[in-house]
Amino acid sequence: MSVLKGLWPLGAGLVFLGLLGQIIPQVMNPYYFSILIYAGINITLASSLNLVNGLTGQFSMGHAGFMAVGGYVAAFMNMSLFMDVHFAGMPNYVSEGFFLFLSLIVGGTAAAILGYVVGLPSLRLKGDYLAIVTLGFGEIIRVLILNMDFIGGARGIPGIPQWTNFFWVYGVALVCIVSINRLMDSSHGRALLAVREDEIAAEATGVNTTKYKVIAFVIGAFWAGVAGALFAHFLTYLNPSTFDFNRSFEIIIMVVLGGMGSMTGAVFAAIFLTVLRESLRPLQELTQLDFRMVIYSLMLIILMLTRPNGFFGTKELTDFGWFKRFKKKLGA
Amino acid sequence: MTEFIQHLVNGLGLGSMYALIALGYTMVFGILQLINFAHSDVYMLGAFFGYYVSKFFNLSLHPGYGSLSAALLCSMVGCAIVGFFIERFAYRPLRKSPRINVLITAVGVSLFLEFGGQLLFGADPKYFAPLLEPGEPIFIGGVQLNRIQLIVLGVSLALMLGLQFIIFKTKIGRAMRAVSFSHTNAALMGIPVDFVISFTFMLGSALAGAAGILVALTYPKIDPLMGMMFGLKAFVAAVVGGIGNVTGAVIGALIMGVAESMVIGYLASTYRDALAFAILIIILLFRPAGILGKNVKEKV
Repeated sequence: MSVLKGLWPLGAGLVFLGLLGQIIPQVMNPYYFSILIYAGINITLASSLNLVNGLTGQFSMGHAGFMAVGGYVAAFMNMSLFMDVHFAGMPNYVSEGFFLFLSLIVGGTAAAILGYVVGLPSLRLKGDYLAIVTLGFGEIIRVLILNMDFIGGARGIPGIPQWTNFFWVYGVALVCIVSINRLMDSSHGRALLAVREDEIAAEATGVNTTKYKVIAFVIGAFWAGVAGALFAHFLTYLNPSTFDFNRSFEIIIMVVLGGMGSMTGAVFAAIFLTVLRESLRPLQELTQLDFRMVIYSLMLIILMLTRPNGFFGTKELTDFGWFKRFKKKLGA
Repeated sequence: MTEFIQHLVNGLGLGSMYALIALGYTMVFGILQLINFAHSDVYMLGAFFGYYVSKFFNLSLHPGYGSLSAALLCSMVGCAIVGFFIERFAYRPLRKSPRINVLITAVGVSLFLEFGGQLLFGADPKYFAPLLEPGEPIFIGGVQLNRIQLIVLGVSLALMLGLQFIIFKTKIGRAMRAVSFSHTNAALMGIPVDFVISFTFMLGSALAGAAGILVALTYPKIDPLMGMMFGLKAFVAAVVGGIGNVTGAVIGALIMGVAESMVIGYLASTYRDALAFAILIIILLFRPAGILGKNVKEKV
């Protein structure tokens, strides 16, 4: 299995996260713990959008729509089928984990299928048009959910089992990042980069640009759906208005702030913005005004005017000199 | 049949308001190839300028054409100034940057105006005091028309004709058309390109300001996020008509208005927001350049 070669750090990482997941909820204040969980979900969202917007260069503005689909499908499946199912003779967390895992896959797949349906026609468009069409699809998804009564419509669905924990959130984030990194190191990933750099040149050298754009879009949608499922099973309540344009925008600003095309940047910005959002909360309570979006938007404008490449540009952690020296010192 | 004509008339009224905003989108796109996302929020500011002007001068105590024109004029001037500053400080420094950066900036400016407006004006909706008495509705063969609808149609028609005059009959209009063909060549012919671009922004923003007042007359509840949906639909209208094309924007806006009013009349009003995007997606898939737009071949 040459495909699996070199994946041992991932396995070790997952085991490590499993252990950490046992300790952290015991020692951490629940409020900080929830920030930690949201940061993890945002890492998955930002990394997956980075694949579409940053690495493939297709500016999508409808990521929240895919997140909504994943969240709703997973929550609906678990609530109607598996909520009270337990495996006989095994602790609860085994059955919970199993059904959560199942719903992550199902939610992600539903979002991916939708991503295919949305992506195939709209990826013929470029730039601004693509942005507005994906924004439109995101809104259509939200409006459709709003009009579906069996999943709560505008009232939302309460009472989703809280199965998401530290291990699942960071395990998913880790698998997402590793899989995207491995994809980018393959010839398929090179094709995605070629599409970003110059679509016409890529096509001339034999890259099937539409196919690769759709692939990136579908993978991005899959991970957004998985993140949505995690989100649903942490918040225990879903409402269509959670997945409006502002949500998509929040993910976009994570990608742009980190530097479009840098996975390191996406992860960094996801953590940074989640923490920033929470640290603005006391200010908001003090003044009764919501500064968050104003600060985000100003940040975006100033960033574009002064440092359009974001924090990291297209660089990764491994591209920095100090990281290489550090690695050498470790003898790796 | 009467019901159908009634929806048609309502739709034309709605469409003419979309048209005023769509014109701003299309002019800016024609000249800069930029989707000015912030345009929809300039329209929101237009409604708020009108609100505060009428509050400050107590215009609603003397409703009539005088108060209406005063509010209209103030908000058009106010919006023109806002449009100038947006172009000067957000878009001009980025004129040589990649398109995607400008796009992100435009989204940023839009959100800044929306949520800045929320801080400044408060998030709760405001009631826009009527500047004109609705008067007795007029019936033409069972179709009901009120004074406000007529005013909306009349004012938007007058403004559109005025714009047509400016673009096609004046010197600055000729300069605008020249700049939309080529910045470099226009500059070589002695056209002050920066000034023309600023002027285009101001013109478009003034129309959006007028639309803000007209919408507030029709739907008196105004709030800082009112531009989000309405502006997006106007943008869709511009794309449907063929973005960059002034006549196309008006046609697209009327189509949008009528289609929306039909959906409200015969389907359910909850679907009205999805409709705009459905139309957009269908148009972009089958005729990406819009109804009147030209297909531009991509060259290496």
